[in-house]
Amino acid sequence: MSPANIVSLAKNRGLDIIGITDHNSTKQCELVWKLGQKLGLTVIPGCEMTSREEVHCLGLFEDFEALRVFQDYLDQHLTIIPNDPILFGHQVVIDEDENILEELDNYLGASLDVSVEEVEQKVHELSGIFIPAHIDRPRNSLFSQLGFFPPELRVDALQISKLADEMNIREKYRISPDITIVKFSDTHFPADLGKIYTNFEMEKPSFNEIRMALHGENGRKVKIP
Amino acid sequence: MKVSEVVEKLGLTVFSGQKGLDREISGGYISDLLSDVMGNAREGEIWITLQVHQNVMAIASLKDLAAVILVNDLKPMENTVKHSDDENIPLLGTSLSTFEIAGKLYQAINA
Repeated sequence: MSPANIVSLAKNRGLDIIGITDHNSTKQCELVWKLGQKLGLTVIPGCEMTSREEVHCLGLFEDFEALRVFQDYLDQHLTIIPNDPILFGHQVVIDEDENILEELDNYLGASLDVSVEEVEQKVHELSGIFIPAHIDRPRNSLFSQLGFFPPELRVDALQISKLADEMNIREKYRISPDITIVKFSDTHFPADLGKIYTNFEMEKPSFNEIRMALHGENGRKVKIP
Repeated sequence: MKVSEVVEKLGLTVFSGQKGLDREISGGYISDLLSDVMGNAREGEIWITLQVHQNVMAIASLKDLAAVILVNDLKPMENTVKHSDDENIPLLGTSLSTFEIAGKLYQAINA
């Protein structure tokens, strides 16, 4: 899952847009974005956050200034548990030539000390897109951790896992028809990349177009194939 | 046994929901997955958890639980306190861990 491998696999498998959302870190996004630029692949920088309730959720950002501010927020709120490389592997940040630039000491699978609403508010304050991840999973999902949709949470979409059926999920969790549901591959290994995707119908692959599509605005829309 | 007696015996903090202190306790339930509590907790039970989110009180109300105990000195979020007052379900706290408070609660209820 090196940055160069990610962009070339994404391109070869016919994707136009990918999101980079490491657990509780944004530090590899810029390099993937840069490599994507060379291949004409749109890379949206972001993160998969773990709230204090252990709800996993995605934050996507328009530019690297917002991303940098969000990284500071992560650094400030990540529970400090030293990473054990034997158990969890090395958490490295690499450069274009795959030299190790930095090894992250705190375990990135830990949770942040803020609620899911607080994380959402931070993402929106930075004009980002907020999507609770794999909401149908029996753990680390909005519904497993919190039982039902928190009344004050504002989402741009909800992500379901690869085998889930959109209509079943809508019925099971009584999800409003106004809320868009998307499917992403949640790729952790090269083999998964591009297996699951969502089609976005829009003018061009830009962040604002993506936001409009998620909200079904101006004729833009998304469709799970 | 009433919630107020458990508060006294176990030295619990009462954050909110004072009006519900004379609720009767039928037993206890422990879980930090709210979906699990929705499915498996029973009426009148006292729920021990480390979740401080407002949905905790909504589920306590839905299941008609006697009270909620937050462990490890955790403090409830503001709207969790509000819901506890609205629903008259006491929101309690302890500095003890789940294991320790559960042991004490079990003894108190079954004494």
